[in-house]
Amino acid sequence: MKAAVFRTPHIGPDSVAHQARLLSLWEGEPGLKGFLSTVDHKKIGIRYIVTAFVFLVLGGVEALIMRLQLAGPNRTLLTPEQYDQLFSTHGMTMIFLYALPILSGFSNYLWPLLFGSRDMALPRVNALSYWIYLAAGLFMYAGFLIGAGPNDGWFNYVPYASRDYNPGLNEDFYSLGMVLLGISTTVGAANFVVTAMRTRAPGMSINRVPIMLWGTLTASVANLLVVPAVSLAFFLLWMDRQFGTHFFDHQQAGQPLLWQHLFWMFAHPWVYVVVLPAMAMVSEALPVFCRRPLVGYWLVALSTVATMILGFGVWVHHMFATGLPGLGMAFFSGASILIVLPSAVAVFAWLATIWLGRPVITTAFMYFASMIVLFVIGGVSGFMTASVPVDWQLTDSYFVVAHLHYVLIGINVFPVLGAMYYWFPKMTGRLMDERLGRWNFWLTFLGFNLAFLPMHLTGLWGMPRRIYTYQDGMGWNTLNMITTIGAFVLALGVLLFVVNVFKSLKSGAHAGADPWGAATLEWSIPSPPPPYNFSIIPTVASQHPLWEDRLEESRVRSSIDQGMLLDESKEMIATTPLDAQPDMILEMPEDSLAPLILTIGTSLIFVGLLLKLWSLAGAGAVIAIVALVVWLWPQRELREREPEPQAPHTEVAHG
Amino acid sequence: MSQIPLGYLDAAGQRAQIILPLTWFTLGVSILVCVIIAILLWAGVRRARLSGGAEQTRTVEVLRGSPGMRWIGIGVGISSVALLVTLVWTMVALARSSAPADTPLTLDVTGQQWWWNVKYNAPQPDQSFITANEIHIPVGVPVLVRLHGGDVIHSFWVPKLSGKTDTIPGQTNVTWLQASQPGRYRGQCMEYCGVQHAHMGFEVVAESKEDFQRWREHQLQPAPAPRTDQQRRGMELVVYRCGLCHGVRGTTAAAVVAPDLTHLMSRRTIAAGTLPNGVGTLGGWIEGAEQLKPGTLMPDQNLTGQQLTDTLAYLETLQ
Repeated sequence: MKAAVFRTPHIGPDSVAHQARLLSLWEGEPGLKGFLSTVDHKKIGIRYIVTAFVFLVLGGVEALIMRLQLAGPNRTLLTPEQYDQLFSTHGMTMIFLYALPILSGFSNYLWPLLFGSRDMALPRVNALSYWIYLAAGLFMYAGFLIGAGPNDGWFNYVPYASRDYNPGLNEDFYSLGMVLLGISTTVGAANFVVTAMRTRAPGMSINRVPIMLWGTLTASVANLLVVPAVSLAFFLLWMDRQFGTHFFDHQQAGQPLLWQHLFWMFAHPWVYVVVLPAMAMVSEALPVFCRRPLVGYWLVALSTVATMILGFGVWVHHMFATGLPGLGMAFFSGASILIVLPSAVAVFAWLATIWLGRPVITTAFMYFASMIVLFVIGGVSGFMTASVPVDWQLTDSYFVVAHLHYVLIGINVFPVLGAMYYWFPKMTGRLMDERLGRWNFWLTFLGFNLAFLPMHLTGLWGMPRRIYTYQDGMGWNTLNMITTIGAFVLALGVLLFVVNVFKSLKSGAHAGADPWGAATLEWSIPSPPPPYNFSIIPTVASQHPLWEDRLEESRVRSSIDQGMLLDESKEMIATTPLDAQPDMILEMPEDSLAPLILTIGTSLIFVGLLLKLWSLAGAGAVIAIVALVVWLWPQRELREREPEPQAPHTEVAHG
Repeated sequence: MSQIPLGYLDAAGQRAQIILPLTWFTLGVSILVCVIIAILLWAGVRRARLSGGAEQTRTVEVLRGSPGMRWIGIGVGISSVALLVTLVWTMVALARSSAPADTPLTLDVTGQQWWWNVKYNAPQPDQSFITANEIHIPVGVPVLVRLHGGDVIHSFWVPKLSGKTDTIPGQTNVTWLQASQPGRYRGQCMEYCGVQHAHMGFEVVAESKEDFQRWREHQLQPAPAPRTDQQRRGMELVVYRCGLCHGVRGTTAAAVVAPDLTHLMSRRTIAAGTLPNGVGTLGGWIEGAEQLKPGTLMPDQNLTGQQLTDTLAYLETLQ
């Protein structure tokens, strides 16, 4: 196939005519059809971010209602069943529908810009990944809205999730929704891996990639390995529930613990999946405000990968109380304690970057810097639960609730809010308001710590998680009241963030291409970027293409103004995985409705399975197959073309 | 701190005492680490001379700066020492906290939605008996507890005496309790198990060997025969209605679906640690369990006023 057409891309400078030509090639259709069929990574990225943020707000409202119920002992705002659905939906929302999707949104938006490229490697897969995520979110929330939300916590232990104890549709919505969501996560992860390996600008060899690559790439590889476990688990659960199979049914020689293994084999790596990309965003942006490169780039990159590798071997620390043999627990306990080390690398690298740099305090910087402490608090409480005997006391108490919120809010939400302040100007062309930003930061920071720092003590004083109320006289009244107040302060901070977004969209100061004086390629193009991102493909000579004149690390310079034009059709360059040598001209697909139609078909299959309407599931399958055939039908324009072996691109590429 | 019923920063039992110093150590290390990092961060940020937004950021010249690898080396080096100590201590505590070889008393505890069934075992069958939600143990004696899952997964926890162990259907887990001093220790289900997970408590009563022996002998007695007509009518109601789920030894009520009532009035609480025990609360519970513990498997009885009085009159005799 590849041998069909050889062509050497033209090299040249930028020009207005060239840009106009690219615009005509890359600009999507206007109107509703354009909206539904776009494959532009920037639009998809922003959709991911907005959708995930909406889920964050929904999950936050659920949390506030729960906090009202728990503000004092024996309160009756909620029935137990309502409370159970709320806490389960809150967990599902935050962990599955917010935490990874928001990071996927940033990576989607930023990767091609960071890599000096024009789109993700597989744009239609990108669209599919978003649509299915949206469909799965709506599917699971449909259950919640008709009173059949998940009611067994986000980790959904059997036998309580089995039909004997949970006869409603609640668990069917959740099980099938999670399988559906797994499709989105999987195809999205595959796309990230291919994009990272094959679409970096010429010269951006693996030792010059922006550090953000390592977080999302590591998380994506992990997803490819572990999502099958949870999809299988939920599928088996659904089979147990609907067809009387016995995978988890102890009365028929099934194993309740099998569920826990399959689930945590996925869900512990997932914890790293939802923090590593966020940590990588901090590693990417914090140095900009410290006006120096990140300390220990390579160690931080390696520790990211090391965290994930160790992270595959720690899942049993969620099961220390299940009566497993001591020797097995000792192994997992050791791994869980040692996983602190790669995290320590990141912490000290960030601290050193601040100390050895010349920090400038901005709202984004405050989010990134404060995240270091929140990360450490969430880390050390995790380290405590890694010790088996200590965990026998801590587990399933509010100590764990405090721990996981420091992890998820501290290491995910705080970096995300910082990243919003940092990259908002690139996405919209306008800076966010810094004065509102300071209020926003302090309210979220103080509210969060007020809510969750005392919660460690609530846990040490024995309050069980997942109880809809508690008795007087347990010693928890004051602590719970403080947490409720803190939660509302935190919510106020998030509200202020939303206000700031809308205000800045309307009247924020114009950002220009590079408001922060930053180092990476996305700041070399206009804000917001044109549909084609880079009018000429840059050739990269260092880790910090825009800081080369000031860092003076070598005499070779990246070529930003001169490079491949690639304007014969909608095309971009593929490079080799390690050295980023130009390898092939990629013909990029036009906008397409196929991903959306495939999503609709797939969703109908799941609705059919849920309601046992087999004809509906069949119709969905037909639609999905037709969409796939249309999608995969060979198109002459999409043939890949290879530059001639000694493509005469500029020498600096190998500098 | 001992006023915190479920707090585990003080211990009154052997196994909890093995864990407690390690908890304090890891907690201390954790707090120390947080404080050090916070100070380092605060001091580092204080070095900033500029505060503002994009304009201020742009004006500060970018510098290559020193590589700073020593920070990572020293930081990770010190962390490793603390981690290593924790690792070794964890393994030692793990080994020490397994059940002692010789345990004179063995209990079978079954977690049920939402109460605890407790069986006292003895070599002679007539020395075995069952009770519910209140576990008596002799002070200073290791008691082996075999844990069974009656329906869904629960977790057996008496923080002042021992860590958690799950009760899982289809498998038998083992934990042990050894109280160092007499007292009443609160226990709680810690694995989410459904709508009344919040109200699945129990109590462990540690008492002197003599008191324990007395209690045990008393528990072995069947329920006393009713003495008045009212009690007799009450007993009939208990046997024919309560007896579908509950057992009262000495009568024909022998079901084991719900807590054994033979010595109901000897227990301090009802409904798994939810309400203080007494004729008043008992009456309220029989008539309106659903209001007091929504979702409970105990149905409302719809007794007439007379029937309720009779029932209570009989239950009162189950000392």
